[in-house]
Amino acid sequence: MTQIIAEDLTKTFRVAHRGEGVAGFLRRRWRDVHALQRVSFTLREGELLGLIGPNGAGKSTTIKILCGILEPTSGRCEVGGIVPWRERIRHVARIGAVFGQRTQLWWDLPVADSFALLRDVYRVPPADYRRARDELVALLDLERLLATPVRQLSLGQRMRCEIAASMLHSPRVLFLDEPTIGLDAVAKLAVRDFVRTLNRERGVTVILTTHDMHDVEALAERVIVIGNGQILADGTLTSLRQNVLGERRLRVQFAEEVSDLSIPGTSVRQRSGRSVELSFDPRQTPAHSLIAAIAARYNVEDVHVDEPPIDEVVARFYARHELDA
Amino acid sequence: MNTALRPYAAVVRARFSVLLQYRAAAIAGFLTQSWWGGIKVMVLTSFFAATSAAPMTLSQAIDYVWLGQALFSMLPWSGDPDVARMVRTGDVAYERLRPLDTYAFWYSRAVARRTANPALRALPMLLTAGVLFRLVGWSAYALSAPSGMEATLLFIASIVLVVALSASFSVLIDAITVATLSDRGVTVLVSPLVIVLSGSLIPLPLFPDWLQPILRNQPFAGLMDTPFRIYSGHLAGGAAILALARQAFWVVTLIVLGRTLMARVMSRLQTQGG
Repeated sequence: MTQIIAEDLTKTFRVAHRGEGVAGFLRRRWRDVHALQRVSFTLREGELLGLIGPNGAGKSTTIKILCGILEPTSGRCEVGGIVPWRERIRHVARIGAVFGQRTQLWWDLPVADSFALLRDVYRVPPADYRRARDELVALLDLERLLATPVRQLSLGQRMRCEIAASMLHSPRVLFLDEPTIGLDAVAKLAVRDFVRTLNRERGVTVILTTHDMHDVEALAERVIVIGNGQILADGTLTSLRQNVLGERRLRVQFAEEVSDLSIPGTSVRQRSGRSVELSFDPRQTPAHSLIAAIAARYNVEDVHVDEPPIDEVVARFYARHELDA
Repeated sequence: MNTALRPYAAVVRARFSVLLQYRAAAIAGFLTQSWWGGIKVMVLTSFFAATSAAPMTLSQAIDYVWLGQALFSMLPWSGDPDVARMVRTGDVAYERLRPLDTYAFWYSRAVARRTANPALRALPMLLTAGVLFRLVGWSAYALSAPSGMEATLLFIASIVLVVALSASFSVLIDAITVATLSDRGVTVLVSPLVIVLSGSLIPLPLFPDWLQPILRNQPFAGLMDTPFRIYSGHLAGGAAILALARQAFWVVTLIVLGRTLMARVMSRLQTQGG
């Protein structure tokens, strides 16, 4: 079932553009900034979408429109049958949202008090609240944090609490805007595990924006790349990879120094001593036949096939579209 | 509890309990208020000694001063510092993520702020001026008891209206803060107005006669002047009831004004992108 519809979403901001000196002070000019231009996509219930793009691409604007905080200049949008900005209060009661750079917890209150306040703000019935809270506390391992005032939490602890806070009213849609920003490896893994559980086991629809491509790799079956306010790609990570940087890499450790290295269908990326990194196109030269060919000609100690790191794929994609990351 | 009001009551409770933690600020406030109160009482005493036709008795003026010092933190001379911070950082857009009417949400916070601070400061101030002063022999400068049962009840009703009036003016300041993207300008303009026109600086009855009709009918009189004059019996009977009605009128007017401005500000906030 389709849960989120975005059709031709366009958002134009007018910003004051002031020249230098006295003349600039006297004459204020306005400039139109096209934050979003005809962005369209639909999302089925239970899907997990990764929204990526360089800073200023329009990710946050998209999320804000879907959350009902911003009204688009034109275009149509529905989340669960509701136009978000038109029925803001009804809409925001049914969604969860975490903005990595902000906090929705009350700074001076212990975590448990913040949760209780959210229970009242979202009018959650007591029994539902207890069930949701106990589940979230167990899943995110929050038991020891509940009595701590929010300002004393580490960033990783706070983010776990933020995510729990956004799910206390059991929304069916969750928006995560850079939820792993600034987190250490352990906290990132905890956040990813939790989001995966929510999505796979509870069927919660998730839209995630991030600059950490490992989040996308770990979580999203579908990726939309936004740049300059437009959708540049929409598909699986695998298809993005194939379109942008379909090559694979083969690292070979030779048993002895090799002087004349020429292997058809490959090019040398790096070479140091007895180890060489080659790139090849798997559609033209399958990995197994390449390895067989090398092993037949040289004395090989070890081989390792790899894909280009996802960061490189995305950087290449941005460069191709002349986006500044 | 009624589910429609449950979120707002929870916001008031939570803010109130947080604000009660600021005890050091309350002690500092108490000391400052006592100091200023003492100076004002001395100035008024010498003023009253030099005049024969004062519009209120010295004892009424002294009550006015001490009540004003005790309830000083009820005055809406600035907006919510949290709103000012949210405007600076852009977090203000995220207030819209709560399934709450934003005006009522901020009003609830203002009610908590305008009751929690005085709750901490008023009692020690009243005990000092009303009891301690008599014990050490400064009865002439002490706060008297309310002028009667009727005055006490009307005073309590008037204080409830003070909270409503103060909160509605605070949220109006908040809305202006969001509209102008800073709390500086509005605070600079508003704080002297509030402090002078509420009677906090000089009791309003001591202003010239020709100003009295204006002073009576402006909204800030309802923040201090009305309840304090009722307390000491300077306003009683029909005049007191009329003064309460004026307070209520300004509460309604400021709420309508605040809601209208807030609605406009929030739609403009959207076009600017928060």
